[in-house]
Amino acid sequence: MAEPDDVFRALADPTRRLILDELAERDGQTLYELVARLLMRHQVGMTRQAIGKHLAILREAGLVRVERRGKYKVLSLDAAPLRRIHERWIQKLVKA
Amino acid sequence: MTLRVVVVSVLVKDQQKALEFYTGVLGFEKKDDVPVGEHRWLTVVSPEQPDGPEILLEPMGMAAAKTYQKALHAEGVPLASFGVKDVQKEYERLKARGVHFTMPPTEMGPVTVAVLDDTCGNLIQIAQR
Repeated sequence: MAEPDDVFRALADPTRRLILDELAERDGQTLYELVARLLMRHQVGMTRQAIGKHLAILREAGLVRVERRGKYKVLSLDAAPLRRIHERWIQKLVKA
Repeated sequence: MTLRVVVVSVLVKDQQKALEFYTGVLGFEKKDDVPVGEHRWLTVVSPEQPDGPEILLEPMGMAAAKTYQKALHAEGVPLASFGVKDVQKEYERLKARGVHFTMPPTEMGPVTVAVLDDTCGNLIQIAQR
């Protein structure tokens, strides 16, 4: 179970926010695709290991899921932690 | 005197299955098929480059090859990349023939690429400039 602080710490890093942007655009990517997108679209030239570390933080915060689809592992965005943020602050403002 | 690229290796579990996929589905043509011990020296070539680089459908003799292939496959990394004039059209043609893609045509800077499963243990990238 992710600690509440985990989500905000995960979101604090710009590369991790880019990872969430890319997964929001297309769900179910292999690590290869995510690394290629970060490199080609955002000039993020990190090693796969470095990106793997960011993904581990995002997974611990419950923001990214890794699923096995056949022989591959694919990455998905899990918006549940973000929904809690929305409910906590934004929804009330909209209602008022 | 310069060196030329003659053969590109693609590791496969089953040479016959690979031949059927690379010729029957992807559209390459068989070039060489010579018995070598229990295996074959089996190559295919693009009909657009009949004297060009050949793809060697190579059996995996070493345990290390199987490990390498599995590792690439699990993370979605393609073993090889081939060029195509229209990646969207090729994607649709191959999907209609039952080919599974791990990545649909996606713009990556100056190139648009897609990644397919060759049913022989590899992911293959197709790229359009």
